[in-house]
Amino acid sequence: MKYLCLVYSNEHELHSLPESPNDAECMAYAEAIQGSGRMVAAEALESVQTATTVRMRNGKMSITDGPFAETKEQLAGFYLIDAKDLNEAIQVAGNIPAARVGCVEVRPVRQLNPGA
Amino acid sequence: MSAESVRAQVEQVYREDSRRILATLIRLLGDFDLAEEALHEAFFVAVERWQRDGVPDNPRTWLVSTGRFKAIDVLRRRARFIASQPMLIAQLEALEQADWSDEDVEDDRLRLIFTCCHPALAADAQVPLTLREVCDLTTEEIARAFLSAPATIAQRIVRAKAKIRDAKIPYQVPTLAELPERLDSVLRVIYLVFNEGYSASMGAELTREDLTREAIRLARLLMELLPEPEVMGLLALMLLHESRRPARTSASGELIVLDEQDRSLWDAGMIAEGCALVERALTTRRFGPYCLQAAIAASHAEAPTAAETDWLEIVGLYDVLLRAAPSPVIELNRAAAISKRDGPLAGLTLIEGILARGDLLDYHLAHAARAEFCRQLGRVDEARAAYERALELTQQVPERRFIEARIKALDRPLTLTLSPRGRGD
Repeated sequence: MKYLCLVYSNEHELHSLPESPNDAECMAYAEAIQGSGRMVAAEALESVQTATTVRMRNGKMSITDGPFAETKEQLAGFYLIDAKDLNEAIQVAGNIPAARVGCVEVRPVRQLNPGA
Repeated sequence: MSAESVRAQVEQVYREDSRRILATLIRLLGDFDLAEEALHEAFFVAVERWQRDGVPDNPRTWLVSTGRFKAIDVLRRRARFIASQPMLIAQLEALEQADWSDEDVEDDRLRLIFTCCHPALAADAQVPLTLREVCDLTTEEIARAFLSAPATIAQRIVRAKAKIRDAKIPYQVPTLAELPERLDSVLRVIYLVFNEGYSASMGAELTREDLTREAIRLARLLMELLPEPEVMGLLALMLLHESRRPARTSASGELIVLDEQDRSLWDAGMIAEGCALVERALTTRRFGPYCLQAAIAASHAEAPTAAETDWLEIVGLYDVLLRAAPSPVIELNRAAAISKRDGPLAGLTLIEGILARGDLLDYHLAHAARAEFCRQLGRVDEARAAYERALELTQQVPERRFIEARIKALDRPLTLTLSPRGRGD
């Protein structure tokens, strides 16, 4: 089953705390997941200041600057993994280096049903 | 065999074994609702079939096997609508009798407990789900016990089951690495059930025996399956508290504090069992907060009179407990123990420190304890104000009556009872 692990943290603290991970550590972890066969995709994201939010309403597109919601913690990156069950996904999520300074939301991927 | 005697036997198997059978069916079918449906169909078939063919040698295995066939029937009916069902049916048909041997059954019950108390489920769903699936209480019974609407409880259970299915929470006993955290969650659920029964947070009844009984039953089951020191500690703690039940309330329903309880009413059997468990847990040297709280309760239980309580030992245990699991409530209880050892002023100083930090400001027992120490120190106005604050913070009728009685007692003229030494002879 696929799980999306969303990494949230306060952008200003993500790289500035003593516990903060550096890029090399993050890459090493991604490689470790790759090695265990559970990696589908993973990326770090640019700051939410670069975000654009797009909506389509009545055929008209509206474009606004900024993230979907202004919050204290921002989406900083994601891992899409393949895990046996939620327990295995939680293990992978808990060891993401950024989990030490932020948090990781684990969301099961919904299988689209072509008949529905 | 007569219809009545078969029916009686089926009912007996249901009472004794339905949760075990359900636990195994959940593992085999991977679906709570389907397993419940299969369980009921299997028992339904049993009434008719056992009358005709006799009661099978192993009714439990027979019921699991029948439940599995019934589930396959249900899935076949659904298969017309849902594309993924044929694969599941094939998987179920491939199962062999060995997949539900008696040895697996106990493990299945442990799996069920760990699944219902999984920390990924909403905290307010873990308790009702456990009571529903593991203890077989009805939604209505759970709602009554927790003073909520049956629809609310039902909704929490439905949401939790949906999360188990959709997020794929596995039906398994945690690995050794995960065990400490996961066991904590199970113990917390059991202790919540117990506390709700022991000191109902609202309403007129001070205790609800059925909940404390279920909590003790759950802990015994867990203890049988997983004899970890903290499981022993929690079971001991609950037994030692429960032993005082007959002495906690007067005939008219008034609350009686520990100091004033008639100790001859305490249940000696529960105390003996609790104390033995505490000793066994402490010798493992892997004990935690539940063992330490149980050790404190055991120390109270072993004192023949309130005056003979070993406050030195109890304060020592609180010191260790506070280091193991720091919390303002434990600090408060330690302050009460210290006041017994060193006098009310020492207790008052500690409580005022906790409140000054901003902790326990809305906890009625903190204000009640502060009031009690002020009263003992002759600071009547402060005592009254603190009792009144405590009164504002509790909805529980017996507790309110208790505090009101204490306030009234403040108005009585102070009679000085001086000890012989106090006279200055």
